[in-house]
Amino acid sequence: MTSAPEPILSVEDLWVRITTHHGVVEAVRGISFEVGREKVGIVGESGSGKTMTGRSILRLTPKSAAVTAKRMGFKGTDLLSLNEARMRDVRGNGISMIMQDPKYSLNPVIRVGEQIAEAFRVHHKVAKAEARERTLEMLAAVRIRDPNRVYRLYPHEVSGGMGQRIMIAMMLIPEPDLIIADEPTSALDVTVRMQVLDVLNDLVSQRGHGLIFISHDLNLVAGFCDRVLIMYAGRIVESCAAADLHNARHGYTRGLLNSLPRLDRRRDHLPVLDRDPAWRDGPVLS
Amino acid sequence: MSALIEVNDLRVAFGHGAARVNAVDGVGFSVDAGEVFGLVGESGCGKTTILKALCGLNRAWTGEITIAGQRLTPRREKSFYKLVQMVFQDPYGSLHPRHTVNTTLMEPIRIHGLDDPNRRIDKVLREVGLGPDFRFRYPHQLSGGQRQRVAIARALIVEPKVLLLDEPTSALDVSVQAEILNLFAEIRRIEDLTYILVSHDLGVVAHMCERVAVMNHGAILETLGVDDLMANRCRHAYSRELLESSRGYAHELSA
Repeated sequence: MTSAPEPILSVEDLWVRITTHHGVVEAVRGISFEVGREKVGIVGESGSGKTMTGRSILRLTPKSAAVTAKRMGFKGTDLLSLNEARMRDVRGNGISMIMQDPKYSLNPVIRVGEQIAEAFRVHHKVAKAEARERTLEMLAAVRIRDPNRVYRLYPHEVSGGMGQRIMIAMMLIPEPDLIIADEPTSALDVTVRMQVLDVLNDLVSQRGHGLIFISHDLNLVAGFCDRVLIMYAGRIVESCAAADLHNARHGYTRGLLNSLPRLDRRRDHLPVLDRDPAWRDGPVLS
Repeated sequence: MSALIEVNDLRVAFGHGAARVNAVDGVGFSVDAGEVFGLVGESGCGKTTILKALCGLNRAWTGEITIAGQRLTPRREKSFYKLVQMVFQDPYGSLHPRHTVNTTLMEPIRIHGLDDPNRRIDKVLREVGLGPDFRFRYPHQLSGGQRQRVAIARALIVEPKVLLLDEPTSALDVSVQAEILNLFAEIRRIEDLTYILVSHDLGVVAHMCERVAVMNHGAILETLGVDDLMANRCRHAYSRELLESSRGYAHELSA
């Protein structure tokens, strides 16, 4: 494992409670974890609280959500104690987030190059020409073949895979210490998905960023990440090295793995996940 | 056994002049009665466009489509929809939000003038594993998997011979996907159905289908048995690439 002695992020007893018309929903229920200079996957089904976990770190949760934690340490500071102005400084500069769908995350009326350059200039006091140079370098780093042409394009003129690489370029250009990627490849075709993951993998390992990779795809996380946290009903029910995911012991993890259709053998009937009520509050396996 | 569905030289184009795109470019395949036939490929390869031409949602096609011995015209008769039904990708978009399950299921019964609606609705709801309790619920009171079951019930209620499935589980969680895939397998055994399944997920296709056509840029590259696909006996480099990518990230690195 590549886990550094001092983690970049350490979260202790995180709760997210959302007030709705039907009362309070506990989306995240007292989870603790650490992220070093490594790729940590968070997997689980829709509604398991994985996206809320990612968003609460950057305080991007909706107004109706109350986030509490004993501690949310990021490089020696407690994120919970920061005011909104200091928090803005952390976003992008310290921690950035890659969203699921580039189509909705890029501004449709601004050329993609200018958007990336803006992300850089917000955090670094440099001349426009230098920001442009850095942007072109970054576009090349995410393996865009003709950066000068792509710089001038509008978001609707690029494909999904290229759009996601542009998002990655935009999020990495301020050189954050931690990247939170929420289903960054779910909207992409399988062959394009691999290219985007390769880009992400290279950048993260070369520059020594920490990465939180939120996904519903167990196979993908098993191959891509170093460590995996499995979430169920707002809790981390199991954590293990990604390479050992296929030997997971928790009933929920095993159930999810079994219910996947497989490419190596055929089964007439797929085992269906039988939800055990004890999973909600049972012990955490690691 | 003769083929139930035969498609020859099917062509669909969008746009005119320089902007013309041949979304489906001379495609042919045949599906036997009782078979599950898969169409795989990436977004924009034309797989959904083929389904839309087959089911009559797209009338601007040329070529030959024969289903159950009948040569189809772009415009379809009511009787066609008694034979062929479709299940769509997104169970959140394909059900009317202000219609109860009952209203949704009554519509095909009324259109086709079927008798004994109460018995039919009860039977079909049981068949898709929901039961009569769900009959007067609205879509917002149902989970994604339950909604997809209602969409399947709506297709089954006219007792069709062919179901066209357009990514029927890609909007669902894997545990729910397993339930829906099992349901498709079960109703095929009971109702003697023929499926055409469109999917980008090779795992799902390998699980469900007997034969698979790999598509790219509007054309079928190759049609092969699922055993050949799983054993990586593909002739085309593109099919192999698709297969490798589907096996997960680590396999890509070692390739």
